[in-house]
Amino acid sequence: MFETLVLILDSTVRLSTPLLLACLAGLYSERAGVVDIGLEGKMLGAAFGAGAVAYVTANAWLGLLAGIGVSVALGLLHGFASISNRGNQIVSGVAINFLAAGLTALLGQSWFRQGGRTPALPEGGRFRDVVWPFAEQLRDIPVIGPLYSELLSGHNILVYVGFLAVPLTWWVLFRTRFGLRLRAVGENPAAVDTAGISVTWLRYRAVIACGILCGFAGAYLSIAQGAGFGVNMTAGKGFIALAALIFAKWRPANAMFACLLFGFLDAVSIRMQGQEVPGIGEIPVQFFQALPYILTVILLAGFIGKAVPPKAAGIPYLKERS
Amino acid sequence: MSETPAIELRGISKSFGPVHANRNIDLVVKKGSIHGIVGENGAGKSTLMSILYGFYHADAGDILVNGKTVTIADSKAAIGMGIGMVHQHFMLVDNFTVLENVVLGAEDSAMLAGGLDRARVELKRLEEEYELRVDPDALVQDLPVGLQQRVEILKALYRSAEVLILDEPTGVLTPPEADHLFKILEVLKNEGKTILLITHKLREIMAATDSVSVMRRGEMVATRETKDTSMEELAELMVGRSVLLRVDKKPASPGAPVMEVENLCVTDQRGVQVVKDVSFSVRAGEIVGIAGVSGNGQSELLETLSGIRRATAGTLKINGETIDLGTSALDAADMRARSMGHVPEDRHRMGLINSFAEYENSILGYHHDPAYSSGLLMNTAAIKQNAVAEIEKYDIRPPNPMLKTANFSGGNQQKIVLAREIERDPDVLLVGQPTRGVDIGAIEFIHSRLVELRDAGKGILLVSVELDEIRALADRILVMFDGRIVGERGADADEGELGLLMAGVEDNTKLPVEGDAR
Repeated sequence: MFETLVLILDSTVRLSTPLLLACLAGLYSERAGVVDIGLEGKMLGAAFGAGAVAYVTANAWLGLLAGIGVSVALGLLHGFASISNRGNQIVSGVAINFLAAGLTALLGQSWFRQGGRTPALPEGGRFRDVVWPFAEQLRDIPVIGPLYSELLSGHNILVYVGFLAVPLTWWVLFRTRFGLRLRAVGENPAAVDTAGISVTWLRYRAVIACGILCGFAGAYLSIAQGAGFGVNMTAGKGFIALAALIFAKWRPANAMFACLLFGFLDAVSIRMQGQEVPGIGEIPVQFFQALPYILTVILLAGFIGKAVPPKAAGIPYLKERS
Repeated sequence: MSETPAIELRGISKSFGPVHANRNIDLVVKKGSIHGIVGENGAGKSTLMSILYGFYHADAGDILVNGKTVTIADSKAAIGMGIGMVHQHFMLVDNFTVLENVVLGAEDSAMLAGGLDRARVELKRLEEEYELRVDPDALVQDLPVGLQQRVEILKALYRSAEVLILDEPTGVLTPPEADHLFKILEVLKNEGKTILLITHKLREIMAATDSVSVMRRGEMVATRETKDTSMEELAELMVGRSVLLRVDKKPASPGAPVMEVENLCVTDQRGVQVVKDVSFSVRAGEIVGIAGVSGNGQSELLETLSGIRRATAGTLKINGETIDLGTSALDAADMRARSMGHVPEDRHRMGLINSFAEYENSILGYHHDPAYSSGLLMNTAAIKQNAVAEIEKYDIRPPNPMLKTANFSGGNQQKIVLAREIERDPDVLLVGQPTRGVDIGAIEFIHSRLVELRDAGKGILLVSVELDEIRALADRILVMFDGRIVGERGADADEGELGLLMAGVEDNTKLPVEGDAR
């Protein structure tokens, strides 16, 4: 029983990592007042970029860089549309999602001819699990052993990046000048402007930060968790991350718990497939697969208290004519 | 006395498309003085100050700071030259602390801690030097507006501003708060700071400034030493002709009550009781004014009577019919059907749909009237005819019923609302802030229409936060404070006495300096 629990928690960690990275990405953007529904598209673009470059170069780090590059480029596109040209941020985000979905499949097919997938990664093209010191030796110690060697040790580097990004984001947001300005521009851009700070440049830096983290999230899917890019492999994770962000009320630590919760449900659903539940019988797989989404809807429908978004989120900044 | 002026503007011009907001403006502001700039709404005062603060760029002209010609590229440059601005709508981040707001944009280094510590020490010093006390750790959203404004002033002083621009600073303040602000400005002046005070309230100019410049339609029409001028002269300069500061009206000859409110209680969406056991009546042929600082229940009172908001208890007698407001489900249309007109406080939010054409707005709320609608189709011809008649009668400009209301000036928008309500010939008219954001010419017009309606034997309930307006129009004045009617006075009531009632002080004890009684 304990072992099962550790296994579920272990896979919870693996499944929440991409959500967490994307969620923190969205946090930077939305805290600066730029609503980003294009997390999904950026992740997908990054997953493809990472998969393709990692396959060609057989180097996971280059793959990661390519993923970040693609995601940042899409982020800048979002910025160009919604910051420079003050377009509707939702429309721009949706466009990026479509663009990424279509372009990755098209380029994948045209370059690799495997139905839009990238070929399986060669050795070195994938981030391997990092085994912590003494993980093997400690494995048999009761309780602490499995926790250390299964839960803490044995994940790929991006998992650790994701969880370290939580305190880092908190620190950036609440302890640095950049963070203060970022939060201010999401609440009242006019206050930032009159303080002599460029609203545009600040928001661009936010979408770039968002792009970088989405790049990590996408690369995680294709060259760390998986061994290659598959068509539409994000499968709505960007939207779940967005839901987690609202659920977390735009706070980094809350974001981690929200993503862990969604990851846990996902892990349980995988675990419960084909299992008999005493007294009920076999529960259809679809039920568990739907569970994270149902929970999202219920939570967002008001079970989390009032989630007050950054006041200026979604509103392009325009110097008002007096 | 040929001291270099703190600020000198030469030939400043600025256009927004075809509109000349500023045309060839010259201005000299002496160091260590309080210089007022008056003008109607839209006269170009705010634009001029925004140019000085680097928010806009002038199309032509020179700016001299301490005698040197400068280019002010952005607000950062203006701050660098010692120019600080307190905006009409505060440029504060509501969910930040006072300290965070003060350091925003002046943080010293990439890490916050150092800058915050320095600011804390500096705020302490400023507090002692200028008597500007604010708790540095309070959230701005928890502070009353008077203190929020103080934070804005502190922001400017923290950036070592030598010239302080205040744009309509008293619009949101109670009379005592405004008095306190002027005391602060006096202290700042004595410390050698230069202050530019933008306002459309002549009384403040007379009370607080050393010299005053008048703007009209984008031009600077005159500069006077305050001691050598008068309110009448300034008013005339502002509008280009003489205006009546007092409304010309006969004494009221009130008849029988047309509206009686008894024991009205209203609770708002937060569950806070905002109107507490309010009773009063309005008689035919009189204007009853409700004075009070905004946020003391007047808005909710007006919304309840007009059918927009539900009461928890109370009765309303209108035209002999008694309505239990605690249980009735009458909405705004039902109230209108009982001959109750309503000019809402916020015309943008409740009075008009700004993206609709003028003629469409001219029947909003009365659009089910058989004269305008057959149930399924609107009778556009009749609606337009009505709109044209109202435009004519109320001198609404431009006289184009097809124009979107967003493109009318504040005064003309208000006339559209007023025309719509008055022309339906209501027995009772509820009026909220009829002249907010309206220029002097239109104010005069609106006031005389209301007096005419009164003289036609209708009852008017007027809610306004402008004490001058209440005093000019009302035949009886009720003062609201904290949801209650705390006093009733005649039209000739003493202004200071009303001010104290509005501040919730019933005797003549001195007001606490802190405005945070809440």
